Amino acid sequence: MDNKSLTNHAYEIRRQVLISLNAAGSGHLGGSLGLADIFTVLFFDFLRHKPDNPTWAERDRLVLSIGHVAPVLYASLAEAGYFPKSELLSLRKLGSRLQGHPATAHHTPGLETSAGSLGQGLSIAVGMALSDKIDKKTRRVVSIHGDGELQEGSIWEAAMSAAHYKLNNLIAIIDRNYLQIDGKTEDVMQLEPLQSKWESFGWNVISCNGNSIPEMQQALKAATESDKPSAIIAKTRMGAGVKAIENNHKWHGKAPSDEELSAFLNALEVD
Amino acid sequence: MPAYKQLKPTRTGFGEGLVEAGKTQKNLIALGADITGSVSMDGFAKAYPERFFSFGIAEQNIAGVAAGMALSGKLPVFSTYAVFSAMRDLDQIRISICYNNVHVIIGGAHAGISVGPDGATHQALEDIAVMRVLPNMTVLSPCDATQAKLLTQKAMELNSPIYIRFGREAVPDFTDENQAIEIGKAQVLKSGTDIALFATGHMTWEAIRAAGILETEHKIHAEVVNFHSIKPIDKETIIQSAKKCKLVLTAEEHQITGGFGSAVSEVLSQEYPTKMYILGVNDCFGESGQPDELMTKYGLKAENIVENALKLIKA
Repeated sequence: MDNKSLTNHAYEIRRQVLISLNAAGSGHLGGSLGLADIFTVLFFDFLRHKPDNPTWAERDRLVLSIGHVAPVLYASLAEAGYFPKSELLSLRKLGSRLQGHPATAHHTPGLETSAGSLGQGLSIAVGMALSDKIDKKTRRVVSIHGDGELQEGSIWEAAMSAAHYKLNNLIAIIDRNYLQIDGKTEDVMQLEPLQSKWESFGWNVISCNGNSIPEMQQALKAATESDKPSAIIAKTRMGAGVKAIENNHKWHGKAPSDEELSAFLNALEVD
Repeated sequence: MPAYKQLKPTRTGFGEGLVEAGKTQKNLIALGADITGSVSMDGFAKAYPERFFSFGIAEQNIAGVAAGMALSGKLPVFSTYAVFSAMRDLDQIRISICYNNVHVIIGGAHAGISVGPDGATHQALEDIAVMRVLPNMTVLSPCDATQAKLLTQKAMELNSPIYIRFGREAVPDFTDENQAIEIGKAQVLKSGTDIALFATGHMTWEAIRAAGILETEHKIHAEVVNFHSIKPIDKETIIQSAKKCKLVLTAEEHQITGGFGSAVSEVLSQEYPTKMYILGVNDCFGESGQPDELMTKYGLKAENIVENALKLIKA
């Protein structure tokens, strides 16, 4: 897909994130906007999937480990055609398929696993990737993590096991926005040197700008060419696309009011 | 003393059940947590090396990996000491396994105080409570090695999470290879009219012994019911026995709080209020000692069942 179309998809995903969070009245805006370019590249360029057949046996698997950015997952699924965009307005509402944190129990089309408690998704992705190795399937597993999430010890248990079993069909994308709820990640609990941490655990590590569509495309391509599991440290701006709230961790877990929504939509950058 | 075939640990039955199931259940995958031999998964690892994967000492990861495999159509089983397999990874079991409602078999080995000299850290007395509170979870607790083997094979037939509890010690292996066994159905081992003894795991043998003592020494006809399934629990049998006997004593190698006795009382208090005594460990940690010494000190022997049954009858 050409970059113009990808940019349009990213714009539309951000728009739907804002609209759905406003309708919900609560939820996590900052991370959802920051990840919009990564999700665009995944859903419209990288992942082999069939929105009209969500359980297609050869599909690539997307494991969202940070369940709180569900809005960007739902907006991407809707943009890809898994369900109508109008359904995004049911986010976080009673009886919705779009739970506050993703839930397979509520039958969201295209959803691979429930998530919401941090630090669990990489293990699930390892289980999926190892299953595919056993079955000699060539599909890939992509997991998405927050940087603050890497403070969970279970992530490193999983990282060790992915390298042990040489799961080069696994790509972990780390949303490196340097922010978590209490403030800057390096103040709350130091993560650096992050690249060498992953390298020392036996991973192929790629760093890129996670808000650049071409850089994400290149990083994912490079990840498929390794004989090790790959970690993509994707530097993003929390709230990317809406200048007024960029890199402000107060917008981690907040939804826009009606006034804010119209201001943010007007200010939304196409690129 | 009633008759039994041999002394055998329930964990051995689990291992045999896995090897047997592996013959036909081609998607069965075993995940090792470093103590593979100790939890009797070494037989499976040897029989099907291509379906055994070692994950080291990392219970959180192993539970998540099992969930991921199940989401990919495998039937993963992992087992370690119950203190770890049920509690070190509880959040992964809750979200990755139970919320996804995937078919993962979790073995809880070395459960109960009869673990012995290792002491309190390794004596799981809380696992039934924490496992049975989880939505979608099935909780099984076989009474001997034969039953452990059969239940392990039965566990393959469900399509949801299962926790199976085992002991460390060799205990009487007394049930029949051809017994009728169904998840969710209790087994009336001895019919009686004066008091119903409901037991699970190792305590079933103690209940059988207790019934013998009550019969010969006190002319009391106790009914003995084995509950290999704690969740779902067999309400029908509980109520039937309670109606017949009027008194119920439950016995488990577990904390009184939240365990098997609690599950029975949840049924009876709401459906057929019956005077009960819950025999178990009374809100304390265990300690080092020989298994039999500990069972005696913590009041988990047939003699303790007899004593409390008599009190219940006289009250």
